[in-house]
Amino acid sequence: MDFTVVAKNIDFLILQGLLGFGNFVGGTFRLAIPAIVLGFILGIFIGLARLARTPWIRIPAMVYVEFFRGVPLVMVIFWFWFIIPLLLRVPLPEYGVALTAFVVFEAAYLGEIVRAGIQSVARGQAEAAMSTGLTPAQTMGYVILPQALRNMIPALVTQFIVLFKDTSLASIIGYVDLTKAAEIVNNREIRPFELYLFIAVVYWLCTYSMSRYARYLERRLTPG
Amino acid sequence: MIEFQSVNKWYGSLHVLRGINLRIEKGEVVVVCGPSGSGKSTLIRCINRLEPIQSGEILIDGKRLSDPSLDLTALRAEIGFVFQQFNLYPHLSAMENIVLAPMKARKISRPEAEEIATRLLERVGIPDKAASYPANLSGGQQQRVAIARALAMQPKIMLFDEPTSALDPEMINEVLEVMSDLAGEGMTMAVVTHEMGFARRVAHRILFMDEGQIIEEGSPQTFFENPSSPRTKQFLSKILSH
Repeated sequence: MDFTVVAKNIDFLILQGLLGFGNFVGGTFRLAIPAIVLGFILGIFIGLARLARTPWIRIPAMVYVEFFRGVPLVMVIFWFWFIIPLLLRVPLPEYGVALTAFVVFEAAYLGEIVRAGIQSVARGQAEAAMSTGLTPAQTMGYVILPQALRNMIPALVTQFIVLFKDTSLASIIGYVDLTKAAEIVNNREIRPFELYLFIAVVYWLCTYSMSRYARYLERRLTPG
Repeated sequence: MIEFQSVNKWYGSLHVLRGINLRIEKGEVVVVCGPSGSGKSTLIRCINRLEPIQSGEILIDGKRLSDPSLDLTALRAEIGFVFQQFNLYPHLSAMENIVLAPMKARKISRPEAEEIATRLLERVGIPDKAASYPANLSGGQQQRVAIARALAMQPKIMLFDEPTSALDPEMINEVLEVMSDLAGEGMTMAVVTHEMGFARRVAHRILFMDEGQIIEEGSPQTFFENPSSPRTKQFLSKILSH
């Protein structure tokens, strides 16, 4: 084992692969962080829509969730890559395709987590809030969502971790993330063991800090 | 102040309120009792439309609850509701529980809302619990915070749905005392309860419900000493025998 291959290519692996600074379009963080933020925002709307009383809000949201949960992520990425440019008659950049595919796909899962989280809050909470004269929107914002979000943390973080690791799938359309960067280096150096062990450690360090932070957050948000 | 006009309610095929007619006047304290499943909780939950009704009409201060232009949120702000399970917000301190609605629904400033809340916590006997979270309060303390939360909106009507049923026996009196004081101050109250001692001392009128109907209605004295319906006698003998 000779880890000098990692040391020699550390700039490319970390700056290009992990962070996205370099000559290629890429970066695991540059894809994962906006995908998590935007996917979660879309997921909140989808989760709320799933609980709407009006059928023409609730049913499309349900179809959306069932559909995107039922197809593979790789296929969704391919669609955005091949089909959307055909339909729109414009070429789409890799970054735009990858980010859109992840946001659209993950929002389905996150929407289900949000829905379950809201439903986990006892019905009496909403009844109490509305009885004191809060509007339905104020009830959701000040009473239901704060409790729901706390209950959602474990499931949310699991999904964020899955998403973070799944960004390696963006390499199939030429997006140079950490996995693709290791592959590029390996094609030149033929040091698969060292390179793939190194990126495994990098992925693990990132996801482990996410789960540690989640545990801290959960504790901090536990009242009393 | 509150008027039911031949109100009917079904849960699916279950007919839970059967042609209820009822008037509660301003300043009146009405206790509703009856066996479980008789519709008494449903009855008071209909007053602030936590439960919809299928036929008939409920009027609050002359306003029809079925009126599509009714501002339900504003109406609910005028009606305090106290639940069996307290339903305090577990993520907020006692103080925050109380000031939330005055600040958000009435747009009262925080210092002013906190002043009101402090006074109310004193009134319900727990001025030192402002910073406590519901999880760190006893059942009786939680219910008193819940009463303070409802009172913070300065309601015209207070509704109580079995407020002491989830409490340990030694905590029941501290809650009943707060309710008696409130009644003494002239609050219009409708109380679903099994506390017959409270009913006898505080109520102006007692309703006895069974199978979705009000089958007995009268002053505490007539209710306890001279009930007309055999069903009421049977109920009273069961709950007063020990």
